[in-house]
This record gives sequence, structure tokens and C-alpha cells, in this order.
Amino acid sequence: MPIVMDADRIGRALTRIAHEIVERNKSLDGIALVGIRTRGVHIARRLAKALQDITGQEIPTGALDITLYRDDLMRHTVGPQPLVRLTEIPFSIDDRRILLVDDVLYTGRTIRAALDALIDFGRPKVIQLVVLVDRGHRELPIKADYVGKNIPTSAAESVQVRLQETDGVDDVTLQQEGA
Amino acid sequence: MSDETLPVATALRHKDLLAISDMTPEEIRLVLDTAEAMKEIGSRTIKKVPALRGKTVVNLFFEPSTRTRTSFEIAEKRLSADTLNIAIASSSVVKGETLADTALTLEAMNPDMIVLRHSSSGAAHLLSRICKSSIINAGDGTHEHPTQALLDAYTIRSRKGGIAGLKVAIVGDLLHSRVLRSNVHLLTKLGAEVWVCGPPTLIPVDIARLGVKVTHRVDEAVEGADVIMLLRIQLERMQGAYFPSLREYFSVFGMTEARVKRAKDDVIIMHPGPMNRGVEIASEVADGPFSVILDQVANGVAVRMAVLYLLAGGVEHHEEAA
Amino acid sequence: MKKLLKGGRVVDPSTGRDGQFDVLIEGDRIAKIGKNLPIDGAEVVEIPAGYVIAPGLIDMHVHLREPGQEHKETVATGTMAAVAGGFTAVACMPNTTPINDNANVTSYIVAKAREANLARVYPIGAVSRGSKGELLADIAELREAGCVALSDDGWPVRTALMMRRALEYAGMFGMPVIDHCEDPSLRADGVAHEGCCAGLLGLKGIPAAAESIMAERDILLAELTGSAVHIAHMSARTSLRAVRKGKEAGIRVTSEVTPHHFTLTDDYLNAPIPYDTNTKMNPPLREVADRDSMIAGIADGSIDCIATDHAPHHYDEKKVEFDHAPFGIVGLETAVSLTFDRLVHAGVINMSRMVGLLSTNPARILNIPGGTLAEGALADITILAPDMTVRVAAASMKTRSKNMPFEGWELRGGVAATIVGGRTLFNNPDAGLTV
Repeated sequence: MPIVMDADRIGRALTRIAHEIVERNKSLDGIALVGIRTRGVHIARRLAKALQDITGQEIPTGALDITLYRDDLMRHTVGPQPLVRLTEIPFSIDDRRILLVDDVLYTGRTIRAALDALIDFGRPKVIQLVVLVDRGHRELPIKADYVGKNIPTSAAESVQVRLQETDGVDDVTLQQEGA
Repeated sequence: MSDETLPVATALRHKDLLAISDMTPEEIRLVLDTAEAMKEIGSRTIKKVPALRGKTVVNLFFEPSTRTRTSFEIAEKRLSADTLNIAIASSSVVKGETLADTALTLEAMNPDMIVLRHSSSGAAHLLSRICKSSIINAGDGTHEHPTQALLDAYTIRSRKGGIAGLKVAIVGDLLHSRVLRSNVHLLTKLGAEVWVCGPPTLIPVDIARLGVKVTHRVDEAVEGADVIMLLRIQLERMQGAYFPSLREYFSVFGMTEARVKRAKDDVIIMHPGPMNRGVEIASEVADGPFSVILDQVANGVAVRMAVLYLLAGGVEHHEEAA
Repeated sequence: MKKLLKGGRVVDPSTGRDGQFDVLIEGDRIAKIGKNLPIDGAEVVEIPAGYVIAPGLIDMHVHLREPGQEHKETVATGTMAAVAGGFTAVACMPNTTPINDNANVTSYIVAKAREANLARVYPIGAVSRGSKGELLADIAELREAGCVALSDDGWPVRTALMMRRALEYAGMFGMPVIDHCEDPSLRADGVAHEGCCAGLLGLKGIPAAAESIMAERDILLAELTGSAVHIAHMSARTSLRAVRKGKEAGIRVTSEVTPHHFTLTDDYLNAPIPYDTNTKMNPPLREVADRDSMIAGIADGSIDCIATDHAPHHYDEKKVEFDHAPFGIVGLETAVSLTFDRLVHAGVINMSRMVGLLSTNPARILNIPGGTLAEGALADITILAPDMTVRVAAASMKTRSKNMPFEGWELRGGVAATIVGGRTLFNNPDAGLTV
């Protein structure tokens, strides 16, 4: 189970992304972070802190659960429904620049669902995508604006992100499917 | 927010929601937790998610019920289901088509879920034996009204943080109340101390076997209560000689401000509606600061969305009665 | 035409016989009973070891539904079910359409029974015209046409005064009055036993007192009039208490219990099938204490008979909401097996008492032929297989309706053959003998 990113690499990747965000956006006014549940939310909160460390500005941060927008929902005739978790976006997204945050970018289907969900909350000026890992194999025309690390994978592999907040450890591992 | 460390089921075990008595505490928590997420959808500008797109839900109501039917319909629409309302007067059923035939006719049109309100206890069970669709019991006779109990539990939990250890006093017509039966099952499963109170003529035989305390003294029921739940008194019960007059009922059992004072300082007052002001509840109490009656209505939509969503997946193995 | 039943255990309380005897049937009569009877040209039927030769069983409480409700049952299908269940005779209740409250209806039933030529049919006439409890039916004419008892079954005899008059008047003919005991105001629109189960399921209750209060009334009136009253389908322990006290006081009261009331309880309302309309009967399935009390009453002799209250209903009528379903289940073809399994093999009663409950006593109460294997008596004989395994299956039943909650039950004890007037009308293919 090879570790492709350890705690230190993850930390440095997020710091770098925070700096890129500051560079590419003239001002952080009107910017908000929205993390996709579950791990995207924790990454978004870490980015908010990093941005505050750099600029002193507090960035509004929300949590988005995309379960009810998944394109594979109800595709199977029977089976338990995925758990729905709370969406918390305690600010208006109208005319804001939204940084959508997730842990792994793969097929792009989660991001598609998240975009649909966000649009139901209002009309942001811009949506940009932040991911910790981009592992390729896109099935939809979606591209990340900020990437912590590109990890080339085969379809038979899976990328596992673990974070202190949920898993008690920070690392990214590459696993053979079914291993 | 719910306590995420509580054990929560990952799915409901049955294809139908017929009765709280069939549910485990874990399933109840799953519904309540899912309802938390659903509640947020109602606060959005666009109050709609695509989860049940293409699913057909039939609201089959054999009893008039504006409140429950509207709540289900809004819940279905917020989940993007296609809804169909069928209201059939019970009187015409006796002469016309049987419930079984109505169910088979609907079933032939392949709906995904049927929400049933019926005046006969067990009607939802009958439908569930006939239909492949998921059946949601929206009240059957004097048996159960599971989504009402779930929304009551949701309301209590959101106000009190939990249910275990609370003293809940339920006062009113216990005999004819499906809300009572569902609530007693649910609240005792989740560890509340439940007191039921009403005249002996309106208390079901052996109700104490469900683990509730029975009293005919309303002061004893509400003493130190965290929650007071009133049940509707139907006017026609007077004809059945269950009690002498509405006036006398109110004087002995009516929930007045003076009686509420015996409860905890942060007591909440609940009523499943529709209320009879001046019979089971004084207007001052219904409209007063402790009343969460309108919260109950609001939470009803979220809880029904949760139930609809969780049942829409179906179950892999239908457990049939032997 | 002679037939010799060889090697069976004859159990006949009426003659006190219980042991290995041969039975010689000649024509429609029992010619001789004895040890090692000579064959003398008779057709020999070897009875397998353990099988019991009993006087033909009599079900004193059935609903044959004819005239008027032939979609549920007819005299022909009902009597076919009877012989398949080991019954050589049945007494049928008058709540047909029209009500059997006059000689025309009685004669019609008798004619239908003769046409079917299966189990003997003894009609029970209505106590009152239309069973309305207002005017007495033409009792002498009913008797003349073939009625052996009187009842307003389906309903109680409505008023105490009507019951008094009926007992007095029927007493003149030695006819018992059979009462369906139930106070209508206490029963109200109840559909199940008033108790924990009905309360949980939200079903309107019928309290045990609804039955007992009228049983008490009837026993008092039997005492007043000196006539015989028979309490139909008793279900409540408080009714049994009244019957016991009445018997102790020397009052002419007898009673019957159905197999479902000594087998099932109100728990069956909820499981295995919740709200199964085949658990809806009147009187309703009572609670455990009542069921156990019925068993105790059977054991100690306070209860005289087992009767089925065979109540066929079309499946359409039962496939409805519990509230709307009619009361009753079929019972002719399960009674013997349930009696064996739940009472004999459970050690509650012995074989001789079983025959008493199902044959001797009903014959005595109704004052009809049968219920005996005395020499010269009608050759109405039931051969029982006490250890036969029976799996209850509606599909193989002869009754026109299949409403019963015992589907798939496996029971120990069954019927091997049924002989009515010397003719073998039922021969169970699983029994391993040809009669």
C-alpha cells in the first residue's frame, strides 16, 4: 500500500494552493470556500486557515453534500440509499467567487453533481475547482483549477485520502482494487 | 446537529413504512438524521433536489386530511418525484371497488411508492401484501401514523437535543388515536419516560404493557414534564358516552396555563392537529411561548422527505411473513 | 352386503367399550361387535394397529350457507367437507338467506341433504322469525320438518323475555335452545377481542364480558324454565365459570368450544400475518388465559362438545380491510387433527373423552341417532388415525371456501375413513387402508 503523499506533503500542497489562490485572485473579497462532504469540507477548512494566515482575511466556508444530486442515485433498482448528510452554506453564494473543494478528482461526476447543487443555491460569479489529488480518467469535461498533486493511476487502482479530522492520520495511498 | 457517534442504521430493512412498532431505534435515528439534511433544503431559494426524479408517488387518501396530504405532497415535490393525488370518499368504497382492486389498478400503472391514508386499521398492511411498490402508512384507522411520530421525535430532538430520559406526557383521547400508538412505540424505543393521561373510557386496555405510565390525573402526568403532547378530542365521542360534555372534559383534562406551570420551565407543548381550542388545549397554551405546534408542521415535510428518500432505494430481500 | 372391520381399537363411551374388537356391519346397521368375529362371507377390512374405530363424529355447529349463499358453501360441498373431516353428521345453523325460520326452508335443506347423500344433516331452526328476536318462529312446524334444535345463531336471542319464552316453548318438544351469547351494546362495532393485541393494532374490541353477561342470563333463564340451554362457541373464561356454576347447581346447561378457541389466541391477529382476516371470528380469538381456560374446561368435563362453527366465506369477502371482513373460518376438515394434536397428544384428554366431545355428547344434547357403536345402531363410523401426520392445505379441502389460518400447519392425528349408514364416503388415501 504505497503512500504517495504523507502529512508533510499534504500540508505543503495545501499551503502552495493557498498561495496560488491569493496570486490568481486580485482580492479575496467575495471569495468563499465550499467543501464537498466529507473530506472536501476538512480540506476547505484547512485552506481557509491557510488563507487567513497569509492575508489575515476570514474566508466564509461551507459544506456541500452532493448525495441527492448523484447521477447514479436510483440507477440500481434495489439497494440501500447512500446516506445524506447536512449541507451547510451559511452565506449567499450570489455573485461570489466560489472555490469548490474536494479530495480526489477522478471521473468528474461528483463535481458535476456539486455544480448542479451549487446552482440551486444561487448564481455565483465564478466557480473554481480545488482538489488535493487529480488521478485522471475523466468521464466528463471537467478540469481542476488548483491541484495538490497529479497522480497517474490505472483504472484498477484506487486513491485513498485520509485526514486527521476523519481518520486520525494525514496521508494519500494508492491501492490495487480488490487487494 | 445530531450526535454522529450514535449508532445509525445504513438503510431501512423493509420495503414499506407501515408502523413504528416494526422499526429499530437505529432505523428511527437514520430517518431523523436524514431529515436534518432534508430540513436544510427547505431553507434554500430553490427548494428542490433531483433525488427522486422520474419516481412516481401516489397519495391515496381514503380520509380527508389536508394537513398530512399537503405535507407529503410538498415533500415529494421537493425531491422531484412525480406526484398523483387520489382522494376517495370512504363511503363510496363500501359500494364500489375494493381496496385490493384499487391497489391492483394503481399497481398496474407501476408507481414507485403509495402513500396511504385509510380509516381501517391494517389497511396499509393489506396494501403491502398486494403491491410491489413501497407503501407508506399515512395513518390507518386507530392503529399507527408513523410519520407523525417521526416528526414529533424530530421536533423534540431538535428542541431538547435528545429523547432518552425525557418525561413526555400525552393527554387526550388515547383510545382512538393512531398518533398515540406510534408515539408510544417511538418514544419508549428511544428511552423516554412516557406518561399517558385521559379518562378511563378513552384509554386502550392494557396500554401499560407498552411500558408507559397511566394516570387519570393530569397534574400528575405533567408534573416535571419536558414535553406535553395533546391529542385531539373528537366531538362525536360524546355521543358514545365516553365523557359527559366538552366543557367537563376541558375542566378535568384541558391543558391550561396553570397546568403547564407544573411542567419543567423549558417544557414544549405539542399537538398533531387539528386542534380543538378550549377542549384539549387552551388557546393561551396553543399560542403561548412553549408551543412548538407550527415547528411540528414544518418538520413534517423534512421527515417525510427523509422517509421517501430512504424507501426509494428499495430493499434487496423482501422479508415476507411466513 | 356385510363388512367386517378387523383388528381396530374400538372406543365408544356410550357402551363403555375401549379395546380391540371386531365390528360387523350389515347393510346400514352395526350387526355385531366382539372379539374375533367369524368372517362368514363378509368383506374383511384389516384395521392397522393403533387406528381407532369411533362412533361417527357429529359437528353440532356448522354453517352450510344454503339456501342463499351458495357462493360460500352448499349442502353438498359442506357435507363433502364433513365426511372428509370425519363427521358423519352435522347440525346446520339457520342464518341462511332466507333464515331457516319456517318448514319450507327446513324441507329445502333436508331435500338438498338427501340429494347430496353424504353426511347426515340436522337443521337447526330459528328461535324467532327472521332471527329478529320479536316473534317466536313456528317451532312445532320446524320440528316436524326436521329441526332438532333452535338458535338465532349469528345473533344472540335478543331479549331475556324472548329467551325465556323460547326455552319454555321449545322445552315442550325437548328441543334445546342454542345461544350465540353476546351483548350487542357491549360488542358494539368491535372486530377483535378487547385486549392488548387489539389495542396495539387499533382494532375495536369485543370484551369477554359481552359473551359472559349473556351466558349468565341464559343459565338463569334455564334455571327459571327448567329447559335445556346450550352455550354455542364459548370463548371466555368468565363464561366457563358461569357454566360450571350452573352445572353445579343442577341447571340444564351444556356448552361447546371450537378448535380455534382451544388452539389460537389473539396474538394471531398480529403474527404471522398482521391483520389476517382469517383470524377474524365471532366470538373473537381470546387471550391466553381464556384459551387455557377452555382447555381446562375440556379436560375437567365442564365443556361438553367440540363444534367447529364452520363458517365458509368467499375469498373476495375476506380479502378486504380487517374491519370490513366477515367473521368466521372453516373448520370441518381441521377439527379432528387439531383435537388430536392440541388435546389428545398434549395429554389434556384421552381417546375416550375425545370421542365423547365429538360424538357421544352432541348426539345426546341434540337427541339424535348416532354417537354410539351399539349393536343394532346406525353404522355411522369414523376410523381415526391418531398418529398420522397431516399437513393442512386449503387447496386439498372439499369445502367451497378456504378461509382458515392453519395453512401449512403440520398436525399429528387425522381421519382414516368415514362411514355413513354402512357406506364408506371418505377414505383417506394417506391412511393405508381401504374400507
